Amino acid sequence: MTNMRRIWALSVIPIVSIILALLVGSLLIIASSLATGDSLNLLLPFVAYESLLEGATGLSLIDLNAADVPSLALSVDVERAARAVTNTLAAAAPLVLTGLAVGVGFKAGLFNIGGTGQVLVGGFTAALMGAAVAEQPVPVAVTLALVAGALGGAFYGFIPGALKAFTGAHEVVSTIMLNSLAAFIIVGLVNDVFKITGPTFARTADVGNAALPILFGRNGSLGILVVLAIIPITYFLLFRTTLGFEIRTVGANPSAARYAGMSPRWLIILTMSLCGLFAGLAGAIEILTLGYYPAVFGTSIGFAGITVALLGRAHPIGILLAGLMLGGMRAGAPSMQITANIPIEIIDVLQGLILLFLAAEIVIRRLLRIRADRITPSELGTVARTYGEGTV
Amino acid sequence: MTQIVSAPALEMRGITKRYPGVVANDGIDLEIRPGEIHALLGENGAGKSTLMNVLYGLATPDSGEILLDGKTVTIDGPADAIARGISMVHQHFMLVPVLSVADNILLGDETMANPIFLDRQEARRRIVDLGKRFGFDIDPEMKVESLSVGWQQRVELLKALYRSARILVLDEPTAVLTPQETKDIFAVLRRLADEGHSIIFISHKLFEVLEIADRITVIRRGRVVGTRVPSETNEADLAELMVGRNVQLVVDRGESHPGGPALIVRNLRVTDDRGHESVKDVSFEVRAGEIFGIAGVAGNGQEELVEALTGLRAPSSGRVTLGDKDVTRHGPRALQKAGMSFVPGDRHRFGLVLSFPLEDNLILTQYDEPPYSRGLVRNDGAIHAWANKAIAEYDIRTPSATAIAGTLSGGNQQKTIVAREFSRKLTALVLDQPTRGLDVGSIEFIHRQVIAKRDAGAAILLVSAELDEVLELSDRVAVMYRGEIVGVVDGPTAEREEVGLLMATGRRGAVAGVALAAATHVAAAPGDEA
Repeated sequence: MTNMRRIWALSVIPIVSIILALLVGSLLIIASSLATGDSLNLLLPFVAYESLLEGATGLSLIDLNAADVPSLALSVDVERAARAVTNTLAAAAPLVLTGLAVGVGFKAGLFNIGGTGQVLVGGFTAALMGAAVAEQPVPVAVTLALVAGALGGAFYGFIPGALKAFTGAHEVVSTIMLNSLAAFIIVGLVNDVFKITGPTFARTADVGNAALPILFGRNGSLGILVVLAIIPITYFLLFRTTLGFEIRTVGANPSAARYAGMSPRWLIILTMSLCGLFAGLAGAIEILTLGYYPAVFGTSIGFAGITVALLGRAHPIGILLAGLMLGGMRAGAPSMQITANIPIEIIDVLQGLILLFLAAEIVIRRLLRIRADRITPSELGTVARTYGEGTV
Repeated sequence: MTQIVSAPALEMRGITKRYPGVVANDGIDLEIRPGEIHALLGENGAGKSTLMNVLYGLATPDSGEILLDGKTVTIDGPADAIARGISMVHQHFMLVPVLSVADNILLGDETMANPIFLDRQEARRRIVDLGKRFGFDIDPEMKVESLSVGWQQRVELLKALYRSARILVLDEPTAVLTPQETKDIFAVLRRLADEGHSIIFISHKLFEVLEIADRITVIRRGRVVGTRVPSETNEADLAELMVGRNVQLVVDRGESHPGGPALIVRNLRVTDDRGHESVKDVSFEVRAGEIFGIAGVAGNGQEELVEALTGLRAPSSGRVTLGDKDVTRHGPRALQKAGMSFVPGDRHRFGLVLSFPLEDNLILTQYDEPPYSRGLVRNDGAIHAWANKAIAEYDIRTPSATAIAGTLSGGNQQKTIVAREFSRKLTALVLDQPTRGLDVGSIEFIHRQVIAKRDAGAAILLVSAELDEVLELSDRVAVMYRGEIVGVVDGPTAEREEVGLLMATGRRGAVAGVALAAATHVAAAPGDEA
């Protein structure tokens, strides 16, 4: 009973945010149909969301062929569902990792906006290592490349962690700067140092045997399994180890952590490195799926991780669910574009709206009269607070 | 004493307020006469705050009615309450430190010369007049941060009076004051009452209530259990009403049998965050099996001294020895391993992680030691077992070991810290404000535990702003004044007045009149210095 209450208290705002985002999104969908010159179609949002759901899960709710007025009819095409779910898992895997990269930071009271940079560095180091071990047996090559990506990201998380611990530089500012730094340095390196001859565009060498093996379907890669393994490991680390206790204590009450004899300085460095590790692994999975590092590699998974972490209430299980949700949206978007003729970018709008409503938690609680619970963790507090000023 | 029975200024009839799982107020009747100081007495969680929230429009009662001057009213929020002449002075002052006295008073009820500009001159005149009327001269241009707490409280009172309050609610007004300041503020309150203001005085300090109140209403578990006139009651009677059983107000301290020095402090100097030296060349020693008290007005360096002793702040010079080990500049972890336990003064900031379950808080300083951890992994079984044992042994009232610490009452939160810190193997125990804000039942319990620890041979350093607490428990009492120890007196035989004088002036044996003048003069000193 109390457990159910606790879960409800944690999930009510994310659920409300998703619903509100879908509502506002439907207005935009209607408006977009007007802009493209079609007639006003109030049912368009239903069609759009239905095709989105179908693209993400294979579940079909409406029989479009039946009549002019679509009727409700649940149907599943097993083969199609398998394909859709695989697409969703593939899209979700890196999002879950970048979600952890932000969420674990929240647990320690840190706001890691450096996911993007950490993804790039992790992807880049994975690509370099992959190319170097391309001839090795697959298990060796893949493991080395993934580890290299994770360590690359961890190093890129270590930098803002150390800056904060020793100079007090706020991680939000330093990670934003490090994001740009990573993007430009890597573009330069790929264009000049690591460029291979042959392809028409600048990119690094093939990762060969380090490419992630496909385990099921068209794109069900090893990366999905890696992520599924990392969720319980992270849960165990946070809630069952003394280190996790330290991380959570420093996040919930840094003064009490100091009083208890913990070292906030060391914990900040460690947690930021851990965050970087997750994001780096996400980058590695992306690049090792692609097979090389292209100079024009742009990715939105770093920033999407913020939405995933907030939507998942910074909890490993929540982050898994939130990652699946956003991954599903990404996977289903093409189907929506084809069926309902809605631009794929509406997905980014929906994601942005979810973030907006999550951030407006106080306003939403007021308007909908949802009472705040004292057990509700406050990731937003972390976002808002300039944490760790003065003595650490 | 108000002997003339007149129509009540305020009447609350049958106020009932339920919250999920608790009846906070259960048919409370309260009647406040004009010109009366009416004390509201009750333990934490008895329902005093709920009742006052109902009065102030912050909570809507489920049933019952409020009558002002005999007329039924509905109070719709604090603004409405203020408009009807009800004002509240909170325990934690609601003042803006960087603004002047006048600006603080004007905030929210601006006196305008025209629709655009404030009429500062008129406001100034009214503030000075009000102050004079109630017996204190105040400079409206002083910055609030430069005032002592006693004067800040007067500003809060002025704020209420400026809004023409007739009914003043004071929530534990003396919690932060010295005995002298308390005396001064009582004089002010008496004058307010004589002018016809009604004052609701919320407190759990029995002797104060007996001193200032015309009538005393005692609340227990949401019900009024009795109304008394001071001349017909005493502390023991009130305590029994409040708690519902016989309470030992002054714990029987018994004989202490001090051994050798266990905690030795030599020439300690500590600077505060702003670089001021707030502990100046302090030396003392605490013997095993002895309670060494430190009395002093808040802000005279006690906080920095405690922080330096517990590893939260590095001293700039001096030496601290624990047992036979030099522990100067040791961090909290190293000190804990060396046998020091610490009950911090700010339990919300340091002592607890409020968002964590009770059981996690019970191991906050031992989480990395067996049996609570096996290597790097928590041993939840052992943590749970210890939590249940602590809950029973230390009488922590909680629904379960996994209840969130922030949902417990202050007394139970403090018992949680005491359970954790007292259960360690320890040589020295530093107690900073161990019973601040607690009810008599919890205070009695914690005092007993402290005495038990003393008898078990711990060297105990007790720092408290409650002079009575220091005097009741300590074998020896040092008084801190402006960062120095200005005197050490024998606890059992110390005169309250003598120590109070040392606290206020840093000198002993001054002539009474001079002392009082000196006390008022230096009241603002700690603020100036900080």
